[in-house]
Amino acid sequence: MATNLQTPAPYHNNFLREVEERVEEGEWVKMCMQCGVCAGSCPFGPHWEHSPQKIFMMIRAGKREEVLTSDAMWMCTSCYNCVVRCPRQLPITHIMHGLASYAHRLGLVPKGQPTHEFATMFWNNLAKKGRVNELKLTLALYFKDGLVAGIKTVVLAKRLNPMEIFGGHAIKDLKGFQAIIAKAREIEDKKQGLTG
Amino acid sequence: MTVPTATSRMILVVGGGISGITAALEAAECGQQVMLVEKTPTLGGRTSQLYRYFPKMCHPSCGLEINLKRLRGNPNVRVMTQTEVVAVEGKRGDYRVSLKLTPRYVTQNCTACGKCAEAVSAEIPDAFNYGLSRLKAAYLPHAMAYPQRYVIDPSIIATAEGQKAKAACPVNAIDLEMVEEQVEVNVGAIVWATGWRPYDANKIQPYGYDRFPNVITSLEFERLADPRGPTGGKLLRPSDGQPAKNIAFIQCAGSRDENHLRHCSRVCCMASLKQTQYVREAGGDGKSTIYYIDIRAIDRFEDFYQMVQADTTVSFVKSKVARIALNEANNNPILHGVDTEGYHRYANEHDLVVLAVGMEPEITGLLANGGLRADIVLDSSNFIEGCAGGALEAGMFGAGAAASPLDVNRSVQSATAASLKAIQVLHKVASSEVV
Repeated sequence: MATNLQTPAPYHNNFLREVEERVEEGEWVKMCMQCGVCAGSCPFGPHWEHSPQKIFMMIRAGKREEVLTSDAMWMCTSCYNCVVRCPRQLPITHIMHGLASYAHRLGLVPKGQPTHEFATMFWNNLAKKGRVNELKLTLALYFKDGLVAGIKTVVLAKRLNPMEIFGGHAIKDLKGFQAIIAKAREIEDKKQGLTG
Repeated sequence: MTVPTATSRMILVVGGGISGITAALEAAECGQQVMLVEKTPTLGGRTSQLYRYFPKMCHPSCGLEINLKRLRGNPNVRVMTQTEVVAVEGKRGDYRVSLKLTPRYVTQNCTACGKCAEAVSAEIPDAFNYGLSRLKAAYLPHAMAYPQRYVIDPSIIATAEGQKAKAACPVNAIDLEMVEEQVEVNVGAIVWATGWRPYDANKIQPYGYDRFPNVITSLEFERLADPRGPTGGKLLRPSDGQPAKNIAFIQCAGSRDENHLRHCSRVCCMASLKQTQYVREAGGDGKSTIYYIDIRAIDRFEDFYQMVQADTTVSFVKSKVARIALNEANNNPILHGVDTEGYHRYANEHDLVVLAVGMEPEITGLLANGGLRADIVLDSSNFIEGCAGGALEAGMFGAGAAASPLDVNRSVQSATAASLKAIQVLHKVASSEVV
């Protein structure tokens, strides 16, 4: 057997330490055992640049730049599927938010990242008066790319179309949706002993 | 100093699986009086339900036969089946134990001729096959059952079926008037060899054991592989009875998981590696895929792992499967997840999934019944750590899988150790008279 005489690359865990100290819930990162359940359970899975499992390994591997400039943690929709399934009960959703917030503070978020843009907009709106001004927030969101793009969004997506006041448009498969609600009501009635 | 003398020199062993049988025999062969109680109608426990052992791929019936021979030849052991511990009072050297005896409705006259089973038409789920098949309500629990006596299921006692069984018996061994009894025994030390049970796979919601017919447990797979099992040893899919050709084994199904069992059950990696060899031996073009977090081929079993790694019918995917979906056209389970070696997303279709379910101490059932005393110390997974009060007061010991998730080999070691501890208690307590 050939002997490997190469000196291995020195291992630094500086970035892991930085995450543990400065990122909210970052001290949990070292507990990940790389089983992959979070990555496989994420409804946005295929659309992430890096899954939580991969992000945790990248943190341990010291890939500071790649992690903090990634848009991965901004893709989290806070569905908590990973949190309920994680065999080690890591607060994965919270770690993702912690990383996003840390990247924002360092100014490393990719320019134009939509979740980041909205979050910033929402925060500024809230921080100004101590409450959210919904009209300003909505208008700012729809017209963030300019007047023409805003009108297009409003008209095409029908979301703020004034004509919506007459009836309004429904989702696809409205009957299916109503069946879900009816079933949920039926289960709840049964549980609470309210069935006729 | 007044220390109670051992008013009883008897050791009680609770549980008649491989650990209990071992603990009882080791003590009895040292000349101690032993009472071995078992709640089911036969000794043998979960070991007798396995098809083969790792690493030598030998049959459990072989070791069981040797142990039963030792048992028959030893007058120091009194075996009581269908007997459960209800309460334990007193202290070491002088325990008073209440036992509940459930009727078998068959006396010692039984010659195991099987005429009662022929006469009866009612059927019950076969517990020996984990309910995968059914047997007559007058039955021998399994081929190597000890004692070799039939059992009449309580469901037919007050029916015409019960009368049919009684009428068919040529040696008048069936007594339908038997009733439940409660007896109290006096013992000096107790060995709890209450064993384990498979973790309830229904609780692992994303794997759909409760919803998908072709998702089974590793214990059920053992029965499928056994020529005396429900399929005559053929690895058939439950949904359509077709041979399974592309089998997935999912490791840590319930183990190493804070939401289920927080401990590593230790035996499941070796069990799945072993089971891939059942697939190979079944012939044809059967393939196995093991999905794992990491393979824990405990102790000296690394060579077995390497042997399976070299097997071309077996492949390995380093990933805990996130969820299973169903291909409704053919009932094939589809495994979804991301592998750790490269972070590739997969959706792999298999025709059978075997969940390597974890070991849960059976003692939890005893706890629920109040049969265990507060001075028995359990670890965070409810395995028996020992007795409160330390060496001076401890008179009860855990053995085998009641004490830790162990394979058969290590259960036997653990049971022998527990047996020695129990013998020591009797000697210490007896000698303290002199102090």
